Formats: sequence, structure tokens, C-alpha cells
Amino acid sequence: MADLTSEFVGIRSPNPFWLASAPPTDKEYNVRRAFEAGWGGVVWKTLGAEGPPVVNVNGPRYGVVYGADRRVLGINNIELITDRPLETNLEEMARVKADYPDRALIASIMVPCEEAAWKAILPRVAETNADGIELNFGCPHGMSERGMGSAVGQVPEYIEMVTRWCKQYYDRPVIVKLTPNITDIRKPAAAARNGGADAVSLINTINSITSVDLDNFAPMPTIDGKGSHGGYCGPAVKPIALSMVSEIARAEATRGMPISGIGGITTWRDAAEFMALGCGNVQVCTAAMTYGFRIVQEMMSGLSQWMDEKGYRSTADFVGRAVPNVTDWQYLNLNYVTKARIDQDLCIKCGRCYAACEDTSHQAIAMGEGRVFEVIDAECVACNLCVDVCPVEDCITMERLAPGTVDPRTGRVVQDEYANWTTHPNNPMATAAE
Amino acid sequence: MPNSPFTAGIAPGRLPADEIARNFTDLHPPMDAHEAHVAADRCYFCHDAPCTIACPTEIDIPLFIRQIATGTPEAAAKTIFEANILGGMCARVCPTEELCEEACVRMTAEGKPVEIGRLQRHATDTLMARQGHPFERAAPTGKRIAVVGAGPAGLSCAHRLAWHGHDVTLYEAREKPGGLNEYGIAAYKSTEDFAAREAAWVMGIGGIELVQGRRLGDTLDLEALRHEFDAVFLGVGLGGVNALAAEGEQREGVLNAVDFISELRQAADLGALPVGRNVVVIGGGMTAIDAAIQSRLLGADQVTVAYRRGRDRMGASRYEQDLAASHGVRFLFNAQPKAIHDGAIELALTEEVDGALRATGETVSLPADQVFKAIGQTLTTDGGLELMGGKIAVDRSMKTSLANVWAGGDCASGGDDLTVTAVAQGRDAAEDIHRTLAG
Ligand SMILES: Cc1cc2nc3c(=O)[nH]c(=O)nc-3n(C[C@H](O)[C@H](O)[C@H](O)COP(=O)(O)OP(=O)(O)OC[C@H]3O[C@@H](n4cnc5c(N)ncnc54)[C@H](O)[C@@H]3O)c2cc1C
Ligand SMILES: Cc1cc2nc3c(=O)[nH]c(=O)nc-3n(C[C@H](O)[C@H](O)[C@H](O)COP(=O)(O)O)c2cc1C
Ligand code: SF4
Ligand code: SF4
Ligand code: SF4
Repeated sequence: MADLTSEFVGIRSPNPFWLASAPPTDKEYNVRRAFEAGWGGVVWKTLGAEGPPVVNVNGPRYGVVYGADRRVLGINNIELITDRPLETNLEEMARVKADYPDRALIASIMVPCEEAAWKAILPRVAETNADGIELNFGCPHGMSERGMGSAVGQVPEYIEMVTRWCKQYYDRPVIVKLTPNITDIRKPAAAARNGGADAVSLINTINSITSVDLDNFAPMPTIDGKGSHGGYCGPAVKPIALSMVSEIARAEATRGMPISGIGGITTWRDAAEFMALGCGNVQVCTAAMTYGFRIVQEMMSGLSQWMDEKGYRSTADFVGRAVPNVTDWQYLNLNYVTKARIDQDLCIKCGRCYAACEDTSHQAIAMGEGRVFEVIDAECVACNLCVDVCPVEDCITMERLAPGTVDPRTGRVVQDEYANWTTHPNNPMATAAE
Repeated sequence: MPNSPFTAGIAPGRLPADEIARNFTDLHPPMDAHEAHVAADRCYFCHDAPCTIACPTEIDIPLFIRQIATGTPEAAAKTIFEANILGGMCARVCPTEELCEEACVRMTAEGKPVEIGRLQRHATDTLMARQGHPFERAAPTGKRIAVVGAGPAGLSCAHRLAWHGHDVTLYEAREKPGGLNEYGIAAYKSTEDFAAREAAWVMGIGGIELVQGRRLGDTLDLEALRHEFDAVFLGVGLGGVNALAAEGEQREGVLNAVDFISELRQAADLGALPVGRNVVVIGGGMTAIDAAIQSRLLGADQVTVAYRRGRDRMGASRYEQDLAASHGVRFLFNAQPKAIHDGAIELALTEEVDGALRATGETVSLPADQVFKAIGQTLTTDGGLELMGGKIAVDRSMKTSLANVWAGGDCASGGDDLTVTAVAQGRDAAEDIHRTLAG
């Protein structure tokens, strides 16, 4: 049986599934129930400085994007950090940690960008016996208007400075949570590393407006006729998060830095993908908000079944395994030639592949007598759009042309050896192949 | 000339062999992976799911469906088997339209429930085809338990006890284990010898010694078992059949429906199994429906189910009734047998007044070469235990009136006479035995 226990920057948890800092981790009641359901750890809902807490709107705080059958694909929110007093949160955290010593409990913090503010809160957090802290440099709405959250996360110098304060006034692991609302994610990650961060976590939510009310001409969610941009999360943001994670995993300045993956993780497979791209563990918010805490059971059983099938004993056996295979476009093998193949026995003759290829691609699918759809090899550029739109799994597959055969589209013999753009004759900057 | 549905009397081979073979294939063919994904995607992962509450074995249905949706049907199967080790058979035979699927919230929303039964089959088939027994026994406890009857209740109980590390001796009177899974369930629900394969797979956990040909009340004695073992579980089902109390019941051609079905289930060649041109089945439950449909599938020309009360009082679900109707079975309600003559049956028409059934005085006569009695089964061995409503009296933890004797399934009071309730009771009795022996 696969061993799911996880050790992330020295913090042990029975599995790599943590709940991200958000409503699911807002208070003692939730967190206890989450632990009972099986979650390996939680990042507590972000704490603010001492004093009167922030207030949330009293109207709707979420907007949603649905797929078919009202499946939640993405949620956007305009919620702020915790709106409960600091003292209450700290007391609850201490109690929960004492009762669940085997689970990870991380304090998420967002206080003004002043040394005194951090110096004041860190010792109090340390007293709760939390396993570490996460710096919320990500919140894209409300808090950023007050110079916190993503307003800090978008300035690498601030990140480095605040991280340094934290390492100075706190002696347990410091995780820096990054905002994706930035052009180059490697910059804030490098800044965090320079400041001494033990790890980064990403992504926080993405600036978004999910929809517009066409009767009242206001963005959703609408509060008394007005709306504000919010933070987008859920399955829809996963591809963006994966890409950002991979950038940090392979950039020279940040390579090897522990990453806690966040963004749209809903199933064991999503988690495994983040981990393969270099995340030591993962955090989940929207999936729990959509389906409840019990989904972690599927994550545990699925990951452990997959690990058993692959022969991985511990999560360390596969974390980062996909990183070496992420490369730049220019290094992709141009001698890898494939053609679409349609399995006539599986085809249900809907014609979606035809419409896609004929209208928007390369006119490489022929529609014959009796709605028989066939690929014209002389036209097929192997874009695989037809595979993507075909409703039947594995009905269209991409088949590699064996080296030595002629590609009917180009009339050229397919070469066996790897060759990429850097050496291609059409590339004005090409360097001659050695 | 070969026989046909119109051949007079009782005759074998009324249909060509290939047609008979086709007739007895899977009622609900298994789902392929794509179908299963589409079906699984419909589940809402409900909180405190109504479907789970409606399942007598309380399978965590939302979890197992989610596990199918995420591409791990094997994990889904483990979720199922942890609650119900006969989840494979239950997926085939449960009247889901009255259990989990009736409770499914999508039934309320759209009248189309998530196809829980077929999804359960997809998961369990996948795991059973892929690997041997999925669970490992706990450390041996040194306790020995006698389980009498290797039907769903006995198998489920024996498995759970073995899982907990106890040693089980499983006594079975008949030639094969499985109980009514092997001898009773309609052939088109349990195809390809599934009952036998499943029984072997369940016992694959180890620690269960099957002793065949020993019958309680005959070559086995309850007192002796109590003496020899730490605990005894009785899952002997209902071996007897109620009598019609109609004239001519002793005639040839008048059979117990369960005997006809049992013969059918064990027949090596269904084409050699004789069936009447005109068949009348007396009763209103699942057994009546199964006997009727299978008569039609063998090629009987006219098959009628005669039930003494109205349609809404029938034990068989509306789904089962419609299934029979779609196979050309006719229903005659408010009719009870009066006399069986040569080639015909005479039925008295009835009406129900304030819950009491009474004859109207009118009679009808139907041609009948064969009459199948399906008006309920009875307990044949009570081992001297206290009874309740003709069954062995048990409390909520399946304890009987005698210390260290438990009972469950059809033979025990309070059940529904379903495979799945037998499994639930066998399992629950095992848990109680385990608790009691751990003391
Ligand atoms: C024709 C028919 C169709 C049915 N169809 C369905 C259906 O589609 N779905 C559904 O859920 N339920 C169905 N049922 C009901 C279901 O089969 C039973 O509820 C279930 O099998 C009960 O399980 P059990 O273990 O209590 O008893 P059984 O299955 O009857 O098993 C009892 C076992 O004990 C053995 N035994 C009996 N007496 C002794 C003795 N004295 N000593 C030793 N061993 C003994 C028997 O040989 C048998 O193996 C059907 C029943 C019948 C008759
Ligand atoms: C309603 C809501 C409130 C959130 N509040 C916080 C917060 O207080 N602190 C924080 O670091 N992230 C917060 N997040 C961001 C999540 O922790 C997480 O980074 C993001 O939702 C992406 O993960 P997901 O796709 O699994 O939801 C919040 C998200 C949501 C939906
Ligand atoms: S989810 Fe709960 S708190 Fe939110 S609007 Fe609905 S009832 Fe109110
Ligand atoms: S999209 Fe797929 S199923 Fe539809 S016609 Fe093309 S190959 Fe056939
Ligand atoms: S009731 Fe229906 S939708 Fe809800 S969990 Fe059960 S099967 Fe899924």
C-alpha cells in the first residue's frame, strides 16, 4: 500500500491534501470537521492585524461559471480576510492544534506592509503552536486597495522585505503565497527565495468578472446595482496554475524551492499533476466549497491506487517527475510527425471533427457517402483539434509516422533524429547542427 | 417437426436454441467505461445522501460514483465491498427502483435517477476481473464460528467474521453455495455463472471452510453446534413453499415456482427444459414474475400471472410488472385458484372490502398445462428457537432467543426478503458476534 504521508518544509501531515486559506478554514468548527473528514492539513483563513476586524459585504460575494448540468467550473469571490477578531482565531487555532497534533496547521497572515505590524503579530501566532505561516500576498480585491494582498505580491521588493521580517521574527517555516495577477511569476518567487522563504504556494485567485447582468448592466455578483472584480478560482484556473508552478519549478533562480500547489484541484488526478510538476503538496478550496469536505476521501483512495499501480511507495517518488519534460517551444522535436486516425467502429458520425477541421483548420477530413469521415493525410497537420472536439473517447487518435516513411503532406521522408527550431533552415537565427 | 410455442401440453425446445440463448443474456448489459463516466457525472455528491440511506447495506454511493468519475473504478469497488461484499450480485438483482434509485434526488428533479445499480456493477466487475480478493484478514483470534447456510446472509456473515480474523465453518445443505443467488434469482440477472464465481471470490478471503451436504435438523444439530463453536449464525432461508388450498393441487403440471426456477438455473441446456404452452403463475411477488418471464423466454405461448388482490397490492414493483408485460406476460388481478383441472385452471374472482378479501361468486377458467405456485415460502428448520411471524425471532443485533445463536436473511424476522437485506443482516450479525466474542 502506498504511503501518503507527506513532509513539506519539515511539516508532517498524514496526506498531502491541505485545505487552502479560505472559508473552509475560517473557524474551529470547520477545521475540526475537515480533520475528521480526513484532510491532512489546513491553512487557516487569513488573519489580519489586532484591532477591529475587516467587514465583508452583506450581499452576495460569489459569481459562478457553470458547465453543462450546472457543474461549477469556476467561482469568483469578493470576500476579504477573516472578519473575526484576531484573538478569537488564535485561541481556536491553539485548541485545534492541540487536539490534532498529527495534522498540519498553518497560519495565513496579511497585515500592513510595515515591520512593526509583522513584528507584533508573529509572536502571537507562534504561541498557537501552528506549524508554520503562509504570507497572503495574493488577495486581488478589497485588501489590495488598502496596500495589502496582491498590492504587495505584485512588487517583488516588498515580498523580499516582508519575508525577511518574518524569517527574523518567527522561527518556523514561512510559506509565501503568490498572486497570479502578474506577468512573470518567476519574479515574486525569486524574491521570496531571496527573502529566505522556505516555500512558495500558488496560485491565489485571478482578477475576474464572471458575468454581467444584462438587465441591470452590472457585473455579477451585484450588490445594490454595483459590482466589483473578484478573484477567480476552481477547475477553470487549474491550467493557469499548472503553468505557473512549472515555471517556478524549472527556473534557475527558484529551482528546487518547495512549492505548495493550489488552483482548481478537485480530484486525486489534479493533485497528482500538480505534484508531478514539482509541488510537494497541494491545497484545495473551491472543490471543498462545491462538494463538501468528504471529497478528500476520493483524493486519498485515488492517489494511493495510482501510486500502487505505478509502484510508488511515497509521494517523494513522483514529485517533480514531470519537470524535466517541460521545455521551451524551440526545443520540441520537429521530426515527430503524426496524423489523425479515425476508428470507424467507434465513430458515431456526428461530424464535429469535420466542422472543426473544415471551417477552422486544414480541410483534412473528408465526408464520404453514408457520413463516413476520413482523414486526408496529405492535408493533416496533426493539430489534433479533431481529437479534442470528438465526443467519443479514443475514437480519433494521433499516430506517429514511422521514420523512413513519406509524409504525404510535405512529400518529405520522416527523419529519425531529433531536430528542433534552433537548427531549422527556416530559422534566421539557426545555429548549424553539430 | 420441431416444437413451437403452440405445441400442445408441456414440451421442451419451443424456440430455436440460439433464440433461447439470446433470451437469457444479461437483462441490463454492463456499461463500458465511457457510459459509466457519463452516468457517474450525473451524481451530485449529495450530503448525507438519500441513496445511501435507502440502501440496506448503506453503501457510500456518492463516494463510489465519484471514484468511478475520477477513473478509479477499483477504488469504487472497494468502497462498495467494504459495506456489501455481495455488491456484485446486488448490482444485478436489487430492485433499485424501490431502493437507492427511488431515493436519488435526480429522481425527484427529473424522474431519471443516477443509474446507481449499473454503476455499481461497472465498478465491481472491474475489480473482480482484475484481481483476487481485495481484503486481508485481521490477525487470527482463535475463535470458531459455525455459519449454517451459504446464501447471501451466510456468505456475508462468514466473510465479515473471517475478515475480523475468526475461523468460520460454513455448512451448506445443497450441492453449491450461493443460496437463491445460485438457485433462485432469474437467469437473465445472474449470467455466466456469476453466483458461483462470486461465492468463490467471497470465500477467497480465507479462513472459511465450506462443508457441503450437511443439513441442520438432519445431519447437523443446533445444540451440538453451540457446544462445539464459540457462536452460531443461521442463514438457512425459507426452504418450504405455501400450499394453494385448491382442488387438484396434486396434479401433474402443478409445480412450485422455486423448483421450476431452480431447475432452470441449473439446466445445462435450456432447450431441453420443458414448459407448458399455457402457463398460469399464482402469486404476486418477485418469484411469480420471474417464473412467468422465464416461461415466456423458454417459448411458452400464453403466460398469465394470477394474483388474488389488486395491482397496487402486488409485491413485485411496477418496474418488475412492466418488465413482465413487455415480455408478453398477462396479469389477472383479483383472482384466486379454486380448482385445477386437466389442462385448465378455475379461478374465483375476488374483491377487497375494508382490507378483507372475499370471493365475488364469479369464476373464470383459463387453459393451463402448467401451474406454478409462487405464494410465498416458509421456514423449514427452526432449531427450536423462538419464532415471530413464522420466522426466527431476532433482535436488532440479529440475536435469537438462544445465547450465542444469531440469525439473518430470509429465515429471520423483520427482513424484506431481498438479497441485499440478507447481506446487511449477515454482516451486522457478524459485527455483533465479533463484539460479543471480543467481550
Ligand atoms: C425466484 C426468486 C427470485 C428472487 N429474486 C430476487 C431479486 O431479483 N432481487 C432480490 O433482492 N431478491 C430476490 N429474491 C429474494 C432473495 O433471493 C432472498 O431474499 C435471499 O436469497 C435470501 O438470502 P438468505 O441467505 O437468507 O437465504 P437463501 O438464499 O435462501 O440461502 C439459504 C441457504 O441455506 C441453505 N440451507 C437451507 N436450509 C438449510 C439447513 N437446514 N441446513 C443447512 N443449510 C441449509 C440453503 O441451501 C441455501 O444455500 C428472489 C427470491 C426468489 C425465490
Ligand atoms: C471565498 C474565498 C475566500 C478566499 N480567501 C482567502 C484568504 O483569506 N486568504 C488566502 O490566502 N486565500 C484566499 N482564497 C484563495 C484560496 O485559498 C485559493 O488560493 C484559491 O481559491 C485557488 O484554489 P481553488 O481553485 O482550489 O479554489 C479565497 C478563495 C475563496 C474562493
Ligand atoms: S450558503 Fe448558507 S449562508 Fe450562504 S446564502 Fe446560502 S444559506 Fe445563507
Ligand atoms: S467527431 Fe468523432 S464521432 Fe464525430 S464524426 Fe468525427 S470521428 Fe466520428
Ligand atoms: S441521491 Fe443521486 S445524485 Fe445524490 S448522491 Fe445519491 S446517486 Fe448521487
